[in-house]
Amino acid sequence: MYCAARREGDGVVLELSGEWRIAVLGAIDEQLTAVPLGGVQRLEVRAAGAQFDISAAWLLRDYLARAQAAGVQARYADEPPAAVALLGRTLAPYAANETATTVPGEWLDPAAAVEGIGRRAVRAWQLLESALELVGRVTMAAVRGGFGLRHWRPTSIARHVYDTGITAIPIVALIAFLIAVILAYMGAQQLRKFGADIFVVDLVTVGVLRELGVLLTAIIVAGRSGSAFAAEIGAMKLNEEVDALQAIGVNPIEVLVLPRVLGLVIALPLLTVIADGIGLAGGGLLCRALLGMPLAQFINRANEAIASTTFWVGLIKAPVFAVLIALAGTWCGMRVRGSSRDLGRMTTLAVVQAIFMVILADALFAMLFMEMDI
Amino acid sequence: MTTLVEVRGLVNRFGRQSVHQNLDMQVMEGEVFGIVGGSGSGKSVLLRSILGLQQPRAGTVQLYGRELGSLGAAELREVKAGYGVTFQHGALFSALTVLQNVQLPMIEHLQLERRWLDELAMLKLRLVGLEAEAAGKFPAQLSGGMIKRVALARALALDPRLLFLDEPTSGLDPISAAAFDELLLYLQRELKLTVVMITHDLDTIFRTCTRVGVLVEGRMISDTLAGIAKNTQPWIHAYFQGERARQRGAQHGT
Repeated sequence: MYCAARREGDGVVLELSGEWRIAVLGAIDEQLTAVPLGGVQRLEVRAAGAQFDISAAWLLRDYLARAQAAGVQARYADEPPAAVALLGRTLAPYAANETATTVPGEWLDPAAAVEGIGRRAVRAWQLLESALELVGRVTMAAVRGGFGLRHWRPTSIARHVYDTGITAIPIVALIAFLIAVILAYMGAQQLRKFGADIFVVDLVTVGVLRELGVLLTAIIVAGRSGSAFAAEIGAMKLNEEVDALQAIGVNPIEVLVLPRVLGLVIALPLLTVIADGIGLAGGGLLCRALLGMPLAQFINRANEAIASTTFWVGLIKAPVFAVLIALAGTWCGMRVRGSSRDLGRMTTLAVVQAIFMVILADALFAMLFMEMDI
Repeated sequence: MTTLVEVRGLVNRFGRQSVHQNLDMQVMEGEVFGIVGGSGSGKSVLLRSILGLQQPRAGTVQLYGRELGSLGAAELREVKAGYGVTFQHGALFSALTVLQNVQLPMIEHLQLERRWLDELAMLKLRLVGLEAEAAGKFPAQLSGGMIKRVALARALALDPRLLFLDEPTSGLDPISAAAFDELLLYLQRELKLTVVMITHDLDTIFRTCTRVGVLVEGRMISDTLAGIAKNTQPWIHAYFQGERARQRGAQHGT
């Protein structure tokens, strides 16, 4: 029981008692609203018997203000409780109607809509500029590195080759194997109808070497390392480590971005070679299991199917993909500012952008190679 | 007077490094208790042990007379709703606005209407001297002093009677630090708070603390300000009788 109401003539005496704490605000409010105030002129509050924390004092003050607004004369029988007095002093400088309600959205305003389009366009342009700026800076850093080995930071590059390459071998190998198996299986099903089983070998070898080996490896690496780059650099950015580097006079592009780009340029082609090898092995195994084709025949046919360029046409794409993935990751990392939410957003963006650019570049390569007739 | 915080025989050890050896500590209701000690003396570990964030090797911690180790999850939650904490770097949730930061403990522990949440959170922000325009900002947009204030407002969200502060004035300029001390004293008096704070700031110690506990060699030596100033233990002597301390002491009349 937090309050008891007693009718006295045209007024009500409200006797407060107990511990008015934030944890029981709901119960207090229920009891207060249950007090009948119909036709009441005066409300006298006796608060001496109760303890208040500041939230409960606010509730009492709010209740009395509402009673006042309804035309009831409310007052305290003796001194108002200390918490209510503190509340009065705290809130005195502010107007009663000034609350923390959020400003209603202005999305219906056509002018704001046009402004929004403009802002976004400018923003997109700035983003493009900053991406190009990063490309330029990385190129400059690479050129400036020139022949001095120290500027290339071999230790750092080696670490990134390990992190992005060596540790990715199991997953890349597994996925290359499975994809080759799927390809061979699908091809075998279709080609068997024409009695052209042997062409499964062509399908698997050319498909894996030219496209799938490098493309899938790049996509896996984009997911693994693109995100890692963005998160690492983003966290450093939040922790002001990037600023510290700059203040010490070290170029963050040179120590953070360039080693990652170069590390991945080394690692991704190596991973691609592994993926190619495992993919071919997977195709060979499935041809033997499914079509009863001896391994020697698979190898013979594979030698006939692939041109001298097939392997290189696939592999040449790997360093390009590596640059795209590393730049997307580091660029997004560099754009993190402010909060950990930004970090998450940018990490996601890094992966999405990296995969998108890899696939786009692959399409361009396909067109290029077709024109070149390779 | 009742004892709100009681630590008995606390032992903390990391690998071979011993941080606390049989540490005892007691904080009575209504006190402002300052925890002082050199870097690496285990102040933060002590606070983490009291808050239940760190499992000590041995010893007991009692808050409001209830031993932390013996409590179930629901009771522990109840005890945690009974105190407020601020962390050294604010530890504001960066994805939430200032107002949402203050509302979070209320939403987690209480069932309150939307309107009450807004108004009560705003009230807490005003208590620590922040304006309505700060409410919609994100922590990344705040200055160091404002972060400390928002952290204090969040610590006050559930109207606790007990407040733990980790370096409340570190990183503030002397004027902001003095203003923060004043705010703390005002709130402590008006809301009848018991405050336990880790601090290095001699000004804060002399201005606000009623009792001081010094961490020396894994134990705590606690006394009133006047008493600790007379202590002859070398570190304490150097700390409270150093040139800086004597100037502060003269100003504050100790």
